Amino acid sequence: MKRILLTASLVALTAVPALAARDQIRIVGSSTVYPFTTAVAEQFGKTSGMKTPVVEATGTGGGLKLFCAGLGEDKPDFANASRPIKKAEFETCVKNGVTEIVELEIGFDGLSVAQSKDAKPLSLTKEQLFRALAKNIPDKDGKLIPNPNKTWKDVDASLPDVKIEVLGPPPTSGTRDSFAELALEAGALKIPAMADLKKSDAKAFEAVWKSIREDGAYVEAGENDNLIVQKLVANPAALGIFGFSFVEQNANAIVDIPIDGVQATYETIADGSYKLSRPLFIYAKNQHVGKIPGIVEFIAEYVSDKAIGPDGYLAAKGLVTLPGAEADKTRAVAKNMTVLTAADVK
Amino acid sequence: MTEVRNDLVAKRYAAERRFRFYGATALALTALFLAILLTDTVIKGIPAFHETSVELDVKVDPAEVDPNNPVGGNYDKMIKEAFRAEFPAVEGRTNQRALTALLSSGGADALRGMVVADPSIIGKTVTVPVLLSADADMFLKGMLTSQTVAPGTAALHIARLDGEEGFVLTGDKTGEEAEKELGLAPRDVVRFKGGALRVTGVENGYLKAVPVLATDPAVTTVGPGQWDIVSFSVPESNRRINDNQALWLDELKQEGRIENSFSWRFFEAGDSREPELAGIRGALVGSLLTVLVAIALALPLGIAAAIYLEEFAPKNKWTDVIEVNINNLAAVPSIIFGLLGLAVFLNFFGLPRSAPLVGGLVLALLVLPTIIIASRAALKAVPPSITEAALGVGASKQQAVFQHVLPLALPGIMTGTILGLARAFGETAPLLMIGMVAFIADIPSGFTSAATVLPVQVFLWSDLPELAFRSKTAAAIIVLLVVLFALNAAAIYLRKRFERRW
Repeated sequence: MKRILLTASLVALTAVPALAARDQIRIVGSSTVYPFTTAVAEQFGKTSGMKTPVVEATGTGGGLKLFCAGLGEDKPDFANASRPIKKAEFETCVKNGVTEIVELEIGFDGLSVAQSKDAKPLSLTKEQLFRALAKNIPDKDGKLIPNPNKTWKDVDASLPDVKIEVLGPPPTSGTRDSFAELALEAGALKIPAMADLKKSDAKAFEAVWKSIREDGAYVEAGENDNLIVQKLVANPAALGIFGFSFVEQNANAIVDIPIDGVQATYETIADGSYKLSRPLFIYAKNQHVGKIPGIVEFIAEYVSDKAIGPDGYLAAKGLVTLPGAEADKTRAVAKNMTVLTAADVK
Repeated sequence: MTEVRNDLVAKRYAAERRFRFYGATALALTALFLAILLTDTVIKGIPAFHETSVELDVKVDPAEVDPNNPVGGNYDKMIKEAFRAEFPAVEGRTNQRALTALLSSGGADALRGMVVADPSIIGKTVTVPVLLSADADMFLKGMLTSQTVAPGTAALHIARLDGEEGFVLTGDKTGEEAEKELGLAPRDVVRFKGGALRVTGVENGYLKAVPVLATDPAVTTVGPGQWDIVSFSVPESNRRINDNQALWLDELKQEGRIENSFSWRFFEAGDSREPELAGIRGALVGSLLTVLVAIALALPLGIAAAIYLEEFAPKNKWTDVIEVNINNLAAVPSIIFGLLGLAVFLNFFGLPRSAPLVGGLVLALLVLPTIIIASRAALKAVPPSITEAALGVGASKQQAVFQHVLPLALPGIMTGTILGLARAFGETAPLLMIGMVAFIADIPSGFTSAATVLPVQVFLWSDLPELAFRSKTAAAIIVLLVVLFALNAAAIYLRKRFERRW
């Protein structure tokens, strides 16, 4: 009897996929782009008369993996990404038949190092961040030693005598990858011994800036940035690593620390003078146009002035918008649905 | 004769008292933690159950609505115009934007509903509640800054400086003495009929101020009691409501136009990126559909498996292996079931992503071991004399089980099932893999439409940057807890009502 039940349920399962064609856009990818894409999806659902797209937060890597798995109704139409698509991912896409990918840059995300409002204001350089947070740092002779710095004063005599304690995202997070790349790699390159190491042994150099210390100075505080805000308020001596929009929304509790003397603001991120920032993308499947309804209209909504424009609703959600010329470039790509070629991917 | 060792007796009593004390302490600590957790959640969540709107007199402009298609009218424009008309002194694009930013982007919904219900009001002026934005809502609930208003006690003289920005405030004295005499501090806002000024501080011996609202240059002297000092605990740069927006909201509040009502929207709306519009209906329906699938599958399978294993299966090596494996399955981390669901249901059977059907299948696998174990325990608790008596009067084994043992074991089975259900209700990890951790604005309409569930909604909201989502998160937790408490209460009731002790 159990066997009959089991077979019956299996038969029932296989019968279900014969469903009506999908009439809803599906989007996967980065949790950094998620707050923006969801806002566009909601507007699109309200104004277009079509179903609101489903937006999943899977992370950039996981999202592109799903996106590149092939064509068809069971595969997503868009992928959110907090970094450009990688060569390997592009090749997977092509191998699985996803040959017409449209890349749209939608804005920037700033990474902020922030502290509690109650703390004494700090100002840091990328090199100081590297010396404070890397697992191994070069000593005076350029030999790598386990990071001996206990307080900020050990890092640089000009900094206060406060224990190093930085709350940040865990290794699974794209934010952490970006932080390591933008702050620690750049900081390491300021040290001559490390610049030499990069030339002689690029792999070893990568291992140096990618390894963040595990002796308690860097505290993995989980993916939830709201939690880090609360911890900073409770412990004014600590610093936290955030997406820029969190610092903006929590301006009553935390303040952003200038990096290399530049404070993170919309202006400094957009014009590139604040270095801890990264471009955000959405990737679209041109081959799904006409098969899944609403793709062209959704893109039009996304690149419209009322969304990614300087006064648009995404700016209100914390997106650092593109400067005029680059926004025009994105709009041109969207209008012509310019397809990404192998030469464009690094 | 044995000697009475009073010292030993005393020691034993002391040990017992200590043990009781430890037990009571443990219990008290647990209760304390639970109380802290619950109070914190409830305090944070309560504001989300109320929403704030402003009463506006809106003219339903026939030029903007087609009576044959009232849904498509431009109601947004109408409410914005009506709101601007309330503050005719507000001029300039930036100020007008700041003003209309106080309204929610879904503020026109109520008006649209009224016109759709009764198109005859087109062309008339109606009074309609317009929802305020989350920032305005939080300000009015006192969550952004605390605000004190004190009447000015001295006469205030206002002068405009020639060739310079801003105003100079004087009482009978000037500069720092004026600051003391008037009771002002930098950042304070001076409000009077005809304008409002923010004190910037003493400069070159003058107490200076900049306009917050458009200020009538004709006003030069304001008598005592004719003006207010409004001060905020959080400086303007650190909150999302500016001084001028705060004053506008104050004005509306004093006119009694601000309405604080229970937020039915929270239970009627789907997810949204605007905190004031977001609701849990979508997640609740998703949870319901998912659990329905799970229970429809897990309950018959679980009970059938339990009856067979307990009553009919031969006791041999194979049934031992099965038993051990069922117990092991109950302890497998739930994410593993998600991976299984991804591999089997999505990739092999090609079922749709994010569907309650798949979520239910995965959760059914998850709670199946719990149900089997609980059902077997319940069957085992029925005394063998019942079966023997039935067999003794000529019933077959099947008759004995289904007509005598199963009815007696049913309360225990139900309790186990409800507890399994409660677990399925609170699960997020396995759903991550099958795409149910997603932004889904539409209310799911069936088992294959995209859906999310309540705990996932809590997780998604907790990660958003907008401050207002914090109370939404807590409110969603409260709803989830209420559902779980209700399920557990049902389990306890069933046990108490029907359970028989032998």
